[in-house]
Amino acid sequence: MKLYGKYLSIHIRSMMQYKASFFLTALGQFLTSFNVFLGVFFLFQRFHSVAGFSYQEVLLCFGIMLLEFSLAEAFARGFDTFPTMLANGEFDRILVRPRNEIFQVLASKVEFTRLGRVLQAVVMFVYGIAASHIQWDFYKILTVVFMLLGGSLVFTGIFLIYAAISFFTLEGLEFMNVLTDGAREYGKYPVSVYGKRVLQFCTFVVPYALIQYYPLLYLLGRSENPLYIVLPLIAGVFLLPCWLLWRLGVRHYKSTGS
Amino acid sequence: MGKYLAFFRLRFSMGLQYRAAAVAGIVTQFFWGAMELLAFRAFYDADPAAFPMAFQATASYVWMQQAFLALFGAWFFENEIFQSIRDGSVAYELCRPTDLYAMWFARSAANRVSRAVLRCVPILLVAAFLPAPYGMTLPASPAALLWWLVTMALAVTVTVGYNMLVYFITFFTVSPNGVRIVAVSLVELLQGAIIPLPFFPDGLRQVLELLPFAAMQNVPLRAWSGDLAGGALYAAAGLQVFWALVLVGGGWLLSQKAVKKTVVQGG
Amino acid sequence: MIQVSHLRKTFRVARRGAGFSQAVKALFHREYEEIHALDDLSFTIRDGEMVGYIGPNGAGKSSTIKVLSGILTPDSGQCLVNGRTPWKDRVAHVKEIGVVFGQRTQLWWDVPVADSFELLKEIYTVPEKTYRENLEELTQLLDLGDLLRTPARQLSLGQRMRCEIAASLLHSPKILFLDEPTIGLDAVSKLAVRDFILRLNRERGTTVLLTTHDMQDIEALASRVLLIGRGKILLDGTLEDIRRGGESIDETVAQLYRQYDI
Repeated sequence: MKLYGKYLSIHIRSMMQYKASFFLTALGQFLTSFNVFLGVFFLFQRFHSVAGFSYQEVLLCFGIMLLEFSLAEAFARGFDTFPTMLANGEFDRILVRPRNEIFQVLASKVEFTRLGRVLQAVVMFVYGIAASHIQWDFYKILTVVFMLLGGSLVFTGIFLIYAAISFFTLEGLEFMNVLTDGAREYGKYPVSVYGKRVLQFCTFVVPYALIQYYPLLYLLGRSENPLYIVLPLIAGVFLLPCWLLWRLGVRHYKSTGS
Repeated sequence: MGKYLAFFRLRFSMGLQYRAAAVAGIVTQFFWGAMELLAFRAFYDADPAAFPMAFQATASYVWMQQAFLALFGAWFFENEIFQSIRDGSVAYELCRPTDLYAMWFARSAANRVSRAVLRCVPILLVAAFLPAPYGMTLPASPAALLWWLVTMALAVTVTVGYNMLVYFITFFTVSPNGVRIVAVSLVELLQGAIIPLPFFPDGLRQVLELLPFAAMQNVPLRAWSGDLAGGALYAAAGLQVFWALVLVGGGWLLSQKAVKKTVVQGG
Repeated sequence: MIQVSHLRKTFRVARRGAGFSQAVKALFHREYEEIHALDDLSFTIRDGEMVGYIGPNGAGKSSTIKVLSGILTPDSGQCLVNGRTPWKDRVAHVKEIGVVFGQRTQLWWDVPVADSFELLKEIYTVPEKTYRENLEELTQLLDLGDLLRTPARQLSLGQRMRCEIAASLLHSPKILFLDEPTIGLDAVSKLAVRDFILRLNRERGTTVLLTTHDMQDIEALASRVLLIGRGKILLDGTLEDIRRGGESIDETVAQLYRQYDI
């Protein structure tokens, strides 16, 4: 933990060397998701609800999902840029150091510019909470905390898969965008909006619905099922197969050296 | 002309080399299109009367948008060009016996077209076999096809013209990154990449349709399905010509100033 | 002590001709070629030895270094470095070795070099006292002084290489792998680096394995030379063994390459 602190402090000091660039990149992150928000905003000028969800409820959903994503993205950035780390030999360097590989990959890249997106997410989140008339109690607060926690874990898992695949091939990785950027973009609406099959996929294959749709139903008082409170944490189990894939990737890397 | 074709061939064969990347790209764009359509479907179901286009026309719009992403994608700037402007290596380009604007224009256009050609066919084919109203339809009429071709060419000209303007503006700014970020997010929203222009609220929409951004993917993608036809189409195409002239002309003038500045200051 | 016996490693690489039609062809069918990077490789290096590892590009030098540092698992064969198999017990193994990749940096680009060193101290859990002593000694021997307060991006290549070498030695490794440590350096920096490596070997008894294309490095540093070609050790001996008469070291080596047809 102390070591992670050291890494963080180096990241912060490196970043301070390029303040202008930092703010611009953060602005870019902000604008990208702000555009998506504007799209939702304009659509709701025309329509009053979608699949039974109001504008305010959609914003709450969008805010939480974006927050889950950008937290994971800020701290699991090392996986996101992992193909570069492989290409420029940074991963070899990691392997000749006496620390856990995953820890080093994560610690060596932290992306504070994602704060632009976090800011956007927080604003929508707060507005969604204020406007959607939720009766807050302890369990609902717990649900939100679990959503953020579980959501960041699931996205971290997906970044981990991305990194693991890049051990085997650097081509075709673009497909993973569906699961990362795609999930962020389309996670703006509750998963049920996309129909039953997508909901099933997001429940049993990649557990997006567990960190978004089901707990949201509980938050909005549409469901009393207490299981929905802990579903986001259960979704964290998703990390296990991701980790196994990563182990496989490291083994492959060590046997081919490329 | 020969050298521009040579550039196109080079890009094209580079694209072919990465077959897995191409397949992945196609599958990715297909998924994005599908999710987009499913969301639009949900809105349509919520209130069909408020839906501003025929659902079928929206489907065609979305599929073509995915198929021709490389043609109109706002973020699709070439880093090498920005880089050469920033570190001054653009001076080498000036040693070549060609007009800088023409060369970069050809290069950007070739880049976009070669990518789009590789990727559009499979996406459009698959989309064509999807059941109505989710699939891609044939053009509304032979005339619509013709107009589609014309407005498509104009739209690419406007898009690349806009890119060029941004490249040359960065000759004069301290922060190329900032210009780029703002330029990208402007186009993305206003050209109808997030939601098609008809979905914008009335009033705002009428203003947006006059801007150069509407002259990009908005016109050809709606001309195909007949969503844009008759007088409105002629006016839109006229605006495309107007904006193409303004952007290319303005860009070229700016390029002359930029070159002068580079020569005088030594980059 | 490094013991390597009968190491084998084979890679498969895709092959493709140039041109448009070849590109289309490769779209449907790819041909592969097997490369024997290591082909029954065996050698032993005793503690405190300084060995030059030479051979043309693609001979298997960097594969060997990768195996020895635990990055690459061979197909078959054995390898013991200080009694451990590198690819089996990674963490314990890498604590005792230092690696310098000449063409890559391990320093953080935008912060003063000293900050990178502090981080390495934590990574290798070097005790405070040992760290202080090592840093002091390295600063003095490599003449780091002011460099420690400079961000790595502002250093010249020679200054950076001195810092890289120091970074690899902060945890007092018993064995040091140097992969082209003098590449691209000016004459003064080259001499400084060579001088330092000699002293390190003499005073601390650090075992050094050095790969390089610069034969003057070998001449100045290595008492023993291993020549590798097509994955095999072709020659193991002293410089004097391979040298005939008054020709330069470059000519000697070029002749060796021709002789073994590598």
